[in-house]
Amino acid sequence: MTEVQQQGQQGPVSHAIRLEEINKSFGAVHANADVSLAVGAGEIHAIVGENGAGKSTLMSILYGFYSADSGRIFVADSEVEISDSKKAIQLGIGMVHQHFMLVENFTVLENIVLGAESHWSLTASLSNARRRLQEISDTYGLSVDLNALISDLPVGLQQRVEILKALYRGARILILDEPTGVLTPQEVDQLFAILRTLKQQGVSVLLITHKLQEVIAISDRVSVMRGGRMVDTLNTASTNREELAELMVGRKVLLRVDKESAKPEKVLLATRHLTWLDESGVPRLDDVCFEVRAGEIVGIAGVSGNGQTELLRVLSGMLDVQRGSVEIDGTTIDSKQQMTPKQVRHLGVGHVAEDRHRDGMVGAFEAQETAIMGFQDEPEFNRSGLLDRAVINQHCVDLMEEFDVRPAAPTLKSGGFSGGNQQKLVIAREMAPKPKILLVGQPTRGVDIGAIEFIHQQIVALRDAGSAVLVVSVELEEILSLCDRILVMSEGRIVGDVLASETDARSLGLMMSISRSGEQQQQQEPLQ
Amino acid sequence: MSKRAKLPVWADVALIPLINVSLAFLAAGVVVALIGENPLAAVEVLVRGAFGYDEGVGYTLYYTTNFIFTGLAVAVAFHAGLFNIGGEGQAYIGGLGVGLVCLALDHLMPWWMLLPLAVGAGMLFGAAWAFIPGYLQAYRGSHVVITTIMFNFIASALMVYLLVNVLIKPGQMAPETRDIADSASLPLMHEIFAQFGIKITQTPLNLSIFVALLAAFLVWVLIWRTRWGYAIRMIGHNESAAVYSGINPKKMVVVAMAISGSLAGLVAINEVMGAQGRIVLDFVAGSGFTGIAVALMGRNHPVGIILASLLFGALFQGGAELAFEFSTITRDLVVVIQGLVILFCGALAYMMRAPLERLFGLLSARATKSEESR
Repeated sequence: MTEVQQQGQQGPVSHAIRLEEINKSFGAVHANADVSLAVGAGEIHAIVGENGAGKSTLMSILYGFYSADSGRIFVADSEVEISDSKKAIQLGIGMVHQHFMLVENFTVLENIVLGAESHWSLTASLSNARRRLQEISDTYGLSVDLNALISDLPVGLQQRVEILKALYRGARILILDEPTGVLTPQEVDQLFAILRTLKQQGVSVLLITHKLQEVIAISDRVSVMRGGRMVDTLNTASTNREELAELMVGRKVLLRVDKESAKPEKVLLATRHLTWLDESGVPRLDDVCFEVRAGEIVGIAGVSGNGQTELLRVLSGMLDVQRGSVEIDGTTIDSKQQMTPKQVRHLGVGHVAEDRHRDGMVGAFEAQETAIMGFQDEPEFNRSGLLDRAVINQHCVDLMEEFDVRPAAPTLKSGGFSGGNQQKLVIAREMAPKPKILLVGQPTRGVDIGAIEFIHQQIVALRDAGSAVLVVSVELEEILSLCDRILVMSEGRIVGDVLASETDARSLGLMMSISRSGEQQQQQEPLQ
Repeated sequence: MSKRAKLPVWADVALIPLINVSLAFLAAGVVVALIGENPLAAVEVLVRGAFGYDEGVGYTLYYTTNFIFTGLAVAVAFHAGLFNIGGEGQAYIGGLGVGLVCLALDHLMPWWMLLPLAVGAGMLFGAAWAFIPGYLQAYRGSHVVITTIMFNFIASALMVYLLVNVLIKPGQMAPETRDIADSASLPLMHEIFAQFGIKITQTPLNLSIFVALLAAFLVWVLIWRTRWGYAIRMIGHNESAAVYSGINPKKMVVVAMAISGSLAGLVAINEVMGAQGRIVLDFVAGSGFTGIAVALMGRNHPVGIILASLLFGALFQGGAELAFEFSTITRDLVVVIQGLVILFCGALAYMMRAPLERLFGLLSARATKSEESR
């Protein structure tokens, strides 16, 4: 790694990109305050920081979405003004967004050419592009079937198309926004291999992420932002995750969950041969059997899309039980005895939905309206046929205080809160009635490190109070440190049941890749 | 690119619509000038026609009443994410309900006893006519836009049949029912004023405008203060979240459509029980469609809908006056002007947003600068 790093620094251009004293305010919010940053050619530079630290604003300034209030930008040592993203592309800056900007029913080739046609005739543009893309993929070792439809490609390859798109437009500086959020561990490895090749070819990579272990694994240098300021820039080799986390949050952070060992008691939640087929007859849940006891946290590990979503939806009553049964504290739910989400709630089940934007909240609703979702019919929130605004407001204020939701403004639109505060509000809502069983999907997706610690503590506290908790997460680290027992899901089946204390990321990764035929897919070295 | 500021609420709800209406009038003025008339004179006639004398005001408010009902109908469906194009048909069938109740009971009771029954019947018939498209949307996947349009035609054909063959007053040619007894039809406004010794010109304006205002208030309560409103808004924003919250989106689609239809049905209180005093052919006269523009412009909020209804009421009445005063300006041109208002306030509602945000950004930047220099 050091060898390449030196190579990069010895290049003819001292810095591929340099930002000096960038300032940007939105009303009263100083999103970027005197931010300076320098990235060398062929350097992988990570930028870390909590939500709202100013990373996205900084990258938006670099890519021409916003213009800075003051400050200077240098590309290859000459000062530039980036008025819009077209200008950014001309300057060789490419961006791979967290949510891909691809047309699903176009081929890879059509997507790459879209907006950068070289000729008025589409056929000519496409054949020109095909030739150039061949060169590019040879140079950078990026192979994608150019004729494949985007909708047929797995996420990892879709991301590769985004990278190709940027390179096709001549990018020498590549900004990647949370690139690993949607990838499997194997795909992450492949992405990192690509980034290393790009680096060897002198391309600078700006990596925005919140996953510190990945920062350590791939970057040369790392800059930490907090509250709109650049706190520090460090050589990755001479730092560690704990130090980075502390710089990000501004105080010592516990990365491992501090908890006593579990004292499991009677079974509160069980599934018996649970099977669920989707519309095209594909089994999303395939003969799933497990039990969760009072006083334990059971985690479901697995690459996303292997049945975890369906499992949570069936358990919470959002989907009907087709075959097999679910037992909730002695009550059986099966194909003859279905239950609505409301009835399941009344059995004492709390459900933190996996995707809060899709299920768990409504962005356009006031926070206090989000705070009663699922409880809107309860007598305590209704008086003589109308929703009791005063009680609802007080309830929301209480939740916000107990779970430290900021700002504590019940009438603010839910979408106006940061991800961490949204999630805290959702978790507060689900935990408030002290559920006997708590289902949690992705407890800390899009949540700041500081809030992660808090959310984990709350989940452990609920366990210690005698509830059964089922956690679904794609973050292995989270599963390992939060849960007492871990079930591994692959292709809708439970393929492993281990104690958290007796396993590690590596063996979980191996189990996660067990396919239906019982064979293990080719497995690369998992990340440390 | 200069900095943009978030607009203050007053600019959002008042300034932008005002600018849009002005732009629409400006464009309409150009059209009038092209025809060879003086736009300023035309505006004067239009405004005076709508608000200048008591008869004009009466007609303006009479139209306004219809638009409030249909605007509310569209808005309720819209909160649930449904586009109810069928206000026209629902109002027409609502008229059947109001008419039947009034004709059956008008000799038995005075208007104030009959009114609740007529309101109930109008709402029930309107709701039933919207229930079917709602059900088809929820449980059969037939798009509500298509089915409500089809139901407008069915309603129209059905009413022609009933008026020609069944309900027609015997011994006449016009397809109308007999008149509702005077004691049972809604008092016109000039009669009420006369009771207090104030003399105003007779217009079709009647008591139902108060029913409309009450309906607007109740819709506000429904949407923002009840569980049904909560559920309606949730399925409109995010159906998946509604399922998560234990709401049955299919059921709520049907409920929202039925409420929407019942509001449209109330148009008949103004027309059948009030202005006309009988069921006549095509008494809805496009109010159902105007309701779409009204809801759009009123941002689906009852207060906005009342204001937008007033604007469209004024356009209808002032426009009629305009066509009367100028021989070159026909009824069609009045429709053009209404179209321009809909275009600027509905389709291009957000056109002025970006420039205005920049303007506010510039102003606030200047304000902070002058503060700093102090």
